[in-house]
Order: sequence, then C-alpha cells, then structure tokens
Amino acid sequence: MLIFSRARTLLIIGICVLGALLCVPNFLPDPVPGLPWRTVHLGLDLRGGSYLLMQVDMGSIERERLDSLADSARGVLLKAGLGYRYLHADPAAHRVSLQLRDPSQHDAVLAALRTIPPAVPGEFTVDDLAGGNLSLTLQAAALAQRGSEAVKQSIEIVRRRVDETGVADPQITRQGADRIVVELAGVDDPERIKQLLGKTAKMTVHLLDESALPGAPAPPGVEWLPMQDNSKQLLPVRKHVEVEGADLTDAQAGTESTTGDWVVNMAFNRLGGRRFGEMTAANVGHRFAVVLDNQILTAPVIRSAIPGGRGQISGSFDAKSATDLAVLLRAGALPAPLEVVEERTVGPELGADSIRAGAYALFSGFVLVIVFMGVFYGLFGWLANIALVVNLMLMVAILSLFEARLTLPGMAGLLLTLGMAVDANILINERIREETKNGRTPLNAMETGFKRAFATILDSNVTAFLAHVMLFVFGSGPVKGFALTITIGIVTTLFTATVLARLMMVKWYASRRPQLLPV
Amino acid sequence: MFYRPALRFVPDNTRFKFMKARWFGLAGSFLLSTISIGLFFYPGLKLGIDFKGGIVMEAHTPGAANIAALRAAFSRAHIEAAGLQSFGGPNDLLIRLDVQPTPAANQALQANVRSTLEKTEPGAKILRTDVVGASVSHELFTNGLLALGISLAMIMAYIWFRFEWQFAVGAVVTLLLDVTKTVGFLVVTGIQFDLVMVAAILTIIGYSTNDKVVVYDRVRENLRKYKSMPLRDLIDLSINETLNRTLGTSSTVFLASLPLALFGGETLSGFAWAMLFGIAIGTVSSIMIAAPILLLLGEHRLRRDVATPPGKSPAAATARS
Repeated sequence: MLIFSRARTLLIIGICVLGALLCVPNFLPDPVPGLPWRTVHLGLDLRGGSYLLMQVDMGSIERERLDSLADSARGVLLKAGLGYRYLHADPAAHRVSLQLRDPSQHDAVLAALRTIPPAVPGEFTVDDLAGGNLSLTLQAAALAQRGSEAVKQSIEIVRRRVDETGVADPQITRQGADRIVVELAGVDDPERIKQLLGKTAKMTVHLLDESALPGAPAPPGVEWLPMQDNSKQLLPVRKHVEVEGADLTDAQAGTESTTGDWVVNMAFNRLGGRRFGEMTAANVGHRFAVVLDNQILTAPVIRSAIPGGRGQISGSFDAKSATDLAVLLRAGALPAPLEVVEERTVGPELGADSIRAGAYALFSGFVLVIVFMGVFYGLFGWLANIALVVNLMLMVAILSLFEARLTLPGMAGLLLTLGMAVDANILINERIREETKNGRTPLNAMETGFKRAFATILDSNVTAFLAHVMLFVFGSGPVKGFALTITIGIVTTLFTATVLARLMMVKWYASRRPQLLPV
Repeated sequence: MFYRPALRFVPDNTRFKFMKARWFGLAGSFLLSTISIGLFFYPGLKLGIDFKGGIVMEAHTPGAANIAALRAAFSRAHIEAAGLQSFGGPNDLLIRLDVQPTPAANQALQANVRSTLEKTEPGAKILRTDVVGASVSHELFTNGLLALGISLAMIMAYIWFRFEWQFAVGAVVTLLLDVTKTVGFLVVTGIQFDLVMVAAILTIIGYSTNDKVVVYDRVRENLRKYKSMPLRDLIDLSINETLNRTLGTSSTVFLASLPLALFGGETLSGFAWAMLFGIAIGTVSSIMIAAPILLLLGEHRLRRDVATPPGKSPAAATARS
C-alpha cells in the first residue's frame, strides 16, 4: 500500500490538475473560445427566479373526448335513423352511455356505434349493458396516451408563450405523468407569466342565435355565455364552431387607425379564411361572437362580407391585454387547463443575501475544520487539510462538469462533506498512532494503519452513500441539490482522503525517513 | 501544532467501563425517545408549508411596516392571514396563509395579498413567495417518509451483509432512537419541519451509522483478536480504542455545521441546529446505546464458538453483568 509507482503518482497528480482546470471557468467572467466551458450554475434560490410546478387537468381531457364521442354517437344514430334516449357522457365511469328506444334495433344500434372511428386503434369498446343500455367505454391505455400527448403539446405551447415574454433561457421539463416544471431564472415577479400560462386560450368564432329570449333556457345547440368585460351580460351563442384559433397564422396587437383603440389583428390560414369569408357573406346584418375560454371577447354585427382571411378583434383592450391576447393566440391553445400546484419564487436581493450567508458559513466552517485538524493531528493533519482543499476543488469540478445547479442546501452539503471528509484521515491517523504504540516501525505502522482503516472507511462511506442516493431519488427540489453534492462528496473523499493523502504521507516519509512518526 | 499534534481528547489506553452504565444509558435513551414520541403526537411537529401546504410570502417595505394597519387591510380584503409578523427587522414582513382547496384559489389569494400589500404599504417588494398546493404537499410528505424508510432498510441490509445480524439490529434500533429524539428536539424547539429537515434527518442517520460502523468494526476485529475476552470487556475495549476517533470526527462535523446554524439564514439554520443535535445524540448513542444492544443480543451468540478460557467460566462472566 505504500509503494506508488511513477505512473500511479502521475495519474493521481493528473486527476488533481484536471480538477483544478475544470474549476477555472467558474472564476472567469467570459468563456475562452475554443475551450470546453462548463460551470456550476446558481440555483434559483441563490440567483433569484421562479419555479412553477404546473398540473395538466387530465379530467378535462377525458371529458372533452367523451363529449366528442357523444357527439359522434348522436351523429351516426341520427344518420341511420335509429332511436335512442339518455345519451350522455359519464366521466366518472369513463364512458358515454345511452338507452335503446326500441329493443328490436339493438343490433343495428350496436353496429352503428361500432362505425365510429377511434382516434387510436382500440381507443374504446362498445359494450352491451343489461336492460337495453349501451355504452362506449374509453380504455385506460388510450386515455393515458392521449394524456401523454396533451402534456407534450402543453410543454410546446408553454415554451412558446414563455419565449414570447422574453425571459432568457427558461427551463421547461416534464415531471411524472401530468406535470410540467417551468423554471425561470431572474424573474422576481412571475405574475404576468402565470397569467399567460394559466389561460387555455381556446379561441372560437360562433354565430349568435338572435331568436333566443333573454333569461329563457337555451334552445338546443345554443348556450348562454358571458361577456369578458361584464360577466352579468349573457349572449346566446350557437355551439357550432365556425372558425377556430387553430386556423390562425398570426395575431398582432395594434391600434385602430380611426379611434386609436387597442385591437388584435388576426390572419387566418386558407381554410379558416375561406370559412370566415363564407360565414360573414351569408350572415350580413347578423351578429357573431369571438369566444375565448368560454367568455365572449366581442360580438359585433357583420356589416359586409370579410374576404381575404383577415379579421380584427376589438373590445375593451389596453396595450397590455391586447399584447397578451396576441401572444396567446399566436402560441396556440393548450389542450387542457394548466394549474400552478407549487410555486417558489425568490427575488434577486434575497438570493444575493443567501449567497453571502452560504459563502460566509462555508468559509468559517472550512477554517474551523482546518484549524482543528492542525491542532489535533499535527503534520498529518495538515496533509489531510491539503487533501481537503483538493476535495473541495474536485467537488466543484464534478459539479461544473455536470453543469449542476448549486442551491443553498447544496452549499450546506459541500460544508458537511468537508466536515465528514476528514473522518477518513482521522481514522487513518488514529490507526497509525495505535500501530506505532504497538511497537511497529514507522513504515510498518503506516502500512498497517492504511490497510486496517480502509475497510472501516469503505463501510462507513457506503452507508452514507446509500442514504443520500435515496434522498436524491425521493427528494424534490432543493433537497436533490443537497443529496447530489453529498453523494459526489463521498466519492471525491474516498479519493482525496485515502489516495491523495496517502501519497503525500508516503512521499514525505520517503524524503525524511524519520525515526518517529508525528502522531 | 505544525508537526506534532498539540492536543488530544483523551489519553491513550483509557479503560472506561462504559458497559457498566449500559442499563442507565438504555433506560435513559428509551425514556427520552418515549417522551419524544409523545411530543410527536402532542403538541406535534410544526409542519412547514412543504408538508402542510399553504402560502408563505416575505416582503420588504421601504419604511417600518405598520402591522396593525396591514392586518386591518387584510381583513377588509377578506384575507384570513394565518400569520402576519415582522421578522429580522421592522422592514421585513412574513405572511403565512393556509392552503386553499384548489390551486386556482391559491393563486387568487396570493394575487389578493399582493395587491392589498401594495395599496397599504406602497413600494413594498415581495422578496419570496412559496406556494404549495394540497396535493403536492401530500406527495412531498409521502416521498420524504419513503426516503427515510428505504434508507433505514438499506443501511440495515448493508450492515447485515457486512456484519452479523446482531450488529444490524443494534444499529437500526439505535438509529430509530436517534431519529425519535431528533423529532422530539424539533417539537421542543419549534423548528419547522420541512423538506430540508428530511435531508437533515437522513444526514444524521448517515452520520450516526458511520459512527456505529466504526465502533462495530473494531468490535469485530477484536472478536478475532482476543478469542477469550468476555464480550462485555471486549466492547469496552473497542469503545476506548476508538474514543479519540469518535470524538474527533464528531467535532469536525460539529464545527462544520456550527457556522451554518449561526449565519446560515432562515432556510439553513433550522437544518443546522437539527444536525448539531443529531451529531451530539449520535455520538453518545454509539457508545451508550449501540454497544449495549450489541452486548445484549450477542452475549452468548457472538462468543458461542469460543473455547472457555481457563479460570473463567461463561457463567462467571455473565454473573457479573
């Protein structure tokens, strides 16, 4: 254990030098072109920023699909001239159910329902329940796939919306089955972004049913929707969608040239433009409604046909609300509502305070440990201290290599690692001291000391390693950073305390050949 | 100090009879842990928003904040602030609100607080906002417990694999006693129990195990070395031999955590105090709990295959205990 071949010595020194080089980028302001440049990033709690955990409303995705299935069922049965009653979506049972009017049509109705095309093969089953009840039941796998696609799509739209706000380098990632993590560095007031992300922004254009009487129940195919600027004013909107937001190619906020009011100008794609043109041509003198998330933005009277695929939404906009609406329309609608279930926002001032506090604690803890080792273990303690500095350096190097985020708990992890790292040196030193007392020669005592202490060091580090890997797997947010630094620290400690410190002790011994060890 | 060690905790070759006090140690530890478990149920841990859900906002006002006026403004805006207090200085406010039934209600409440604060204390800046919904807090809690449970199981499995089962049981029972006392400490001091505290407890577990492993390692070595020594003397010898190391490592970890407790700021000082307590408890328990349990479990088993030493019958060895 005491013989270090030239190659091994060079390897050990090489690792230390490499570690030092990898640390360098953290202390220079600008990347040097042409060199690999990886640094430790500051976590949101140190840098200031906002962490949003958003949940996709899976229930609404299922409800929507069941509603459309119910529509399809209604369609095929009407077309085939078959009778039914109580046709409704039943989200609790994941199905659309209906009852036969005429039991003799049983087979015909079943056959008709089976002609409804599934979105994916095996999406639903057509079931024959007792008592003339039939149902279309959504299958869990198909539902999960639909949900998964909705999350993927939501991430894309969230990214587009966040990009529009000009936040630099947003991190948007999926978490679990139905969640999205949005991390925005340097944003201390995420209100606007939360508002942008919280809107489904499903825009549709409908005709109004001007025959409906105010206060009366809505006729079939019509619903009462509130105006956005006055929720008490309800208008009868036909359910049939004339043009939808997906048909837009562009949306821009602007001002009306005559009045100076804020408006949103839209451009439709070919299909949308044609439909919009046809609708306006056929309904001159009637009213239509632009509906956003079940609220009417505006309900103007059509004065003349509007060909050319352009439209304008006017309403009670100001510069900000017009811009936000344009952003939402450009980015597209979310497939399902998103809700913020967890938020952690730290302002930059507080982050700077935390960095200061963390750095102060790290520095003073480091000094205390170093002084302790010097006082209690003399020369070998100082060698352990050199190993400790290298240890800190290697930890920073590995964190840089991973481009890990350094959080406040991560700094605590660094500090605790330094406190625990010297344990290995203490074990070795105590052991060498014992072996010396037992009458061994210095060389022999060092040899035995290292050998015996190593098994203990390994055992104690493996247990700590296991505990922190678990913490990394099950922990969340800042705790992960803590577990990561400690786990890395355990690995670097094994190197610096048992390999590097040993190399230094052996080289010292070889150059001095002392009769007595300073233990 | 630069060449020879200047200080040591205890002189070499101490012969403290730790095992004489084993009943005292065990009884004291069980008593403290029982009290702690009682405290866990009443009054219980002060759960942070990570596990309870809710909203915490920290704000800085340009002048000294008028808490009374703010409280009145909040109640006019129908905000039931669970806690509105200044902390740190007169310009810093901490607002705590209970979790709302839906995420949307959480957001609405937060927006309401923001606008009320702006109206009442113009120029106030919100420095930090934490919002944890009810569903998320449940998950965080379950995951925290899961991490604790699995870690304990893995540590037990590892020690079992490396040592005899008596060592594994001894270590895990001791760890449970350590953890319950730490929980009791948190209840008594009113330190908030949040995610970071789970990390603290896991670190204490990791550290405490480390400490036990070192003593156990020495016991195992001595079992091979001194084939005829009674287990009780052998454990005493092993503790004495590792005493300087036990105290040394505890000191370095303690020294590393101390600045965190003193200057670490709100987030870390609770964590660090728990660590300091855990280090102290873990050190004592390595000597006074883990070793006695090993003695109890292993008195006849670990030495069974050993030939009876001349002049000392096993009956005589146990009679002394």
